[in-house]
Amino acid sequence: MRSIMGDYEETELRLGLPGAGGGGNEGETSRNNSGKRGFSETVDLKLNLNSNNSDGNQVEDMKQKNLIQASTDSAKPPSKAQVVGWPPVRSFRKNVLAVQKNTTATDDKSGGSSTAFVKVSVDGAPYLRKVDLKMYQSYQQLYDALSKMFSSFTIGNCGSQGLKDFMNESKLIDLLNGSDCVPTYEDKDGDWMLVGDVPWEMFVDACKRLRIMKGSEAIGLAPRTIERCKNRC
Amino acid sequence: MAYSFPEEVLEYVFAFLSSDKDRNAVSLVCKSWYEIERWCRRRIFIGNCYAVSPQIVIRRFPEVSAVKIKGKPHFADFNLVPEGWGAYLYPWISAMARSYPWLEEIKLKRMVVTDESLELISKSFKNFKVLVLSSCEGFTTDGLASIAANCRNLRELDLKESEVEDLSGHWLSHFPDNFTSLVSLNMSCLGSEVSFSALERLVSRCPNLKTLRLNRAVPVEKLPSLLRRAPQLVEFGTGAYSAEIRTDIFSNLVEAFSGCKHLKSLSGFWDVVPAYLPAMYNVCSRITSLNLSYATVQSPDLVELISQCPNLKCLWVLDYIEDAGLKALSSYCKDLQELRVFPSDPYGAEPNVSLTEQGLVTVSAGCPKLQSVLYFCRQMSNAALIAIARNRPNLIRFRLCIIEPQAPDYLTLEPLDTGFGAIVEHCKQLRRLSLSGLLTDRVFEYIGTHAEKLEMLSIAFAGDSDLGLHYVLSGCESLRKLEIRDCPFGDKALLANAAKLETMRSLWMSSCSVSYGACKLLGQKMPRLNVEVIDERGPPDSRPETCPVEKLYVYRTVAGPRVDKPDFVWTMDEDAALRLS
Repeated sequence: MRSIMGDYEETELRLGLPGAGGGGNEGETSRNNSGKRGFSETVDLKLNLNSNNSDGNQVEDMKQKNLIQASTDSAKPPSKAQVVGWPPVRSFRKNVLAVQKNTTATDDKSGGSSTAFVKVSVDGAPYLRKVDLKMYQSYQQLYDALSKMFSSFTIGNCGSQGLKDFMNESKLIDLLNGSDCVPTYEDKDGDWMLVGDVPWEMFVDACKRLRIMKGSEAIGLAPRTIERCKNRC
Repeated sequence: MAYSFPEEVLEYVFAFLSSDKDRNAVSLVCKSWYEIERWCRRRIFIGNCYAVSPQIVIRRFPEVSAVKIKGKPHFADFNLVPEGWGAYLYPWISAMARSYPWLEEIKLKRMVVTDESLELISKSFKNFKVLVLSSCEGFTTDGLASIAANCRNLRELDLKESEVEDLSGHWLSHFPDNFTSLVSLNMSCLGSEVSFSALERLVSRCPNLKTLRLNRAVPVEKLPSLLRRAPQLVEFGTGAYSAEIRTDIFSNLVEAFSGCKHLKSLSGFWDVVPAYLPAMYNVCSRITSLNLSYATVQSPDLVELISQCPNLKCLWVLDYIEDAGLKALSSYCKDLQELRVFPSDPYGAEPNVSLTEQGLVTVSAGCPKLQSVLYFCRQMSNAALIAIARNRPNLIRFRLCIIEPQAPDYLTLEPLDTGFGAIVEHCKQLRRLSLSGLLTDRVFEYIGTHAEKLEMLSIAFAGDSDLGLHYVLSGCESLRKLEIRDCPFGDKALLANAAKLETMRSLWMSSCSVSYGACKLLGQKMPRLNVEVIDERGPPDSRPETCPVEKLYVYRTVAGPRVDKPDFVWTMDEDAALRLS
C-alpha cells in the first residue's frame, strides 16, 4: 500500500492544455481545434492516472498547483476551478468588489451575507479545503461536492481495487457515507456536532467549520453515532 | 582641423532633449558628446532594476535629479511572481543618498519599498519633491509619516495602487504646520481613517494643491468641507460615496462641486448611492477623466452621468455599464481616447451583466479618437474583432480579456486567430496587445508579420506549438516585453531566437514547456542575459534536465547575475557569467 503522498502525486488534477497529455517533453504538441473546448471540459477533477511518465507528472504537478479551488453543485452551474492569476484582475480590485458584493447582498437579503465559506478538514488529507455552504441546497449535495473535492486522497483502503474505486463516484459517496466516516461540524457555540440533525438552512447558518472524521477516531465514537450516520447518509 | 561648439553650447542644446531615446542617440555620436551628455542628464529611467546596478548608473550619470525605476515583471500583478522574488529599493536609495544629495524625484513601479528606505529618502534628499509609488509594497504608514515629517518641500505623494500596511491614519498629521508646498496627494489605496481636521488644515494651507485623491474612509458628508478649501483642484477622488439620502448633504455637495471650476478628473466612488451622483452634474461638462471602476452602479445611472460629460477622454468603469451604456457612451463622448471595462464578477460562472462584444464594437464605431482599450467580457467573435480593427486603425493599446480561457468565437466556434490578425493588420501603430480566447499558432504568424510597432505582448492559454513563439520572436521588430503563461511553447523556439532576447527588456514564461536543460543552454549561450529559473519545487538539478521549469524570467543586463536572489530563483550559468565580469 503506497503512502498517501505517493498516491497524491500519481493522481494529478488535470488542467488539460492543448495536447498536454504527453506533457514535459520538448517539441510540438499538436491539437485538434475543431469544436468548442470550454475550459470546464479541460478542468475537471477526473483523476488521470498517468502511466509512469515522470515528465508528465512534473508538468501536471505544476498545473495542479495552479488550481485553487473548485466545487460543483447540481443545482447551480459549476463554478470554475480558479487558476492562479486568471482572469488578470489585480487583488486590490478583487477585494473591493468582494466587499461591495457582500454589502449589496446584505442590503437585498434580510441579514446574512451571500456566501458562507467554511473550512473542511478530512482526516488523512494533507491540507484543508474551503467550501461555500450557500452553494448547496441539501446535505446530499454537500456530500457529493466534498467527495469530489477529496477524492484524490486515500479514503479507506488503497489496493488496486481501492484505486479503481476512485474513478467510481458512487463508490466515493459510499466511502464518504460509509461506516468509517463521521461528518461533524463546529457550531457557533464552539461545540462539535454531528452533521445532519438540523434542517439544512439552520445548519448553514450555524456551521463554522467541518471535519470529516475517519478510521480509528471514528471507531472510537459511540456505536449509536455511527449507526445514525449510516442510516442518514 | 576640428571645429566644434564649446561644451557649454552643446550642453545648452542637449538640455532641450527630454526623451531618453534622443539622449541615448546623442551619447553615441562621439566620446565628447557622450561625456557632455552624461554630465547634463537629469532624469533617468530604469525599466528593469536588475538590468543595471546603482553603481553603474551613478558612475555614468553623476548629476541626477529624477529617477524612475521599475522592478517586478508585470505578471506580479496577478500573483504569478512568488513573494520574496526581489526588486528591493533599499540598495538604490542607499547608493543615491551618497551620490545624489539633490535628488528631487523618485518614481517607482512594482518595487519592494521598506519603511527604512522611506526614512532614508526623507532624511537624505534636502530638496525632495516627488514620490510616486505605483503598485509597490513592503512599507507601512510609519514610512509615510517619515516622508510627511521630513520632506519640507514635498510636492507630490502618490501611492497609486500600492499595498501599504496600514497601521493608522496618523501619518497625515506629521505634515508640519508650516508645510504648504503640496500639489498632489493620492492616498486612495489606504484603509485607515486619517484625522479629518488634520486633512482639512493641510488642504487649507496648500494653495497649489491640484490633485487630491481621498481614501474610502472619508465619508461623503465631509467632502464639501474639503472642496470648499480647494476650489483650484483639477483632480479629485472621493471616498465612499454613500450616505443616507438627505437633502442637506446633497445640496452641500452640489454647492461645493460647483465651486470647483477647474475640475477635470474624478475618481473614487466606492459604495456609491446613485442618488448622490447628480450632485456632480455641474462639473461634468469639464470632466475629461472619470474613474468609476469601483462604482457598483447600474447602467441607467452610469448613462445619466456619462451623458453629462461630452468632453470625456478617459473612462474606467465596471461592466455594469453593459452594452446599452456603451452605446450611450459612443454617442455622447466623441472625444473618448481610453476605455477600460473591468469585470464586476470575474469568478462567476455565468454572466451577471449584459455586456458583450457588441459594446466594444459600438464604441469603436462611435468614438473616432479611441486609441487605448482594456476590455473584460465573456464572449467574442472574429467578426467583432474585424469590425473593431476596421473602425479603429488608430488603436495603440488593445487588451482584451475573454474571461473563459480558450473561449472560441461564440458564433462560429472557430479560434479567434483571424480577429486578432485583423487587429494587428489594421492597427499599424499598435504598441501593446493582450490576447485571450482560443488561439492557434496562426495568430502568432499574423502578429509576427504585421505588428511592427508592437512593444508589449501578453499571451495566456494560447498556441499549439513552438512555432507560435517562433513567429513572435522572429518577427515583431519593436518587441520589448513578452509575457507568456500556460502555453505549449518550449525549447526550440527559445533557443533558435536567443539573440532576439538581447534586443528586448524581458521575457516571462510560466507554466510553459521550457526545459531546465534549455534554460542552462540559453544561459551559457547568452552571457549578457540573466536567465532566471523560478521554481518553488526545489533545485532544478534535482529533476531531469528535460523537466520543464515552473517559471522563467529572462532579461538583458549589464550588471551580471543578481546577488539578492531568494532560494527559489536560480540564474543559469552564473559561474560563467561571474568569471566574465
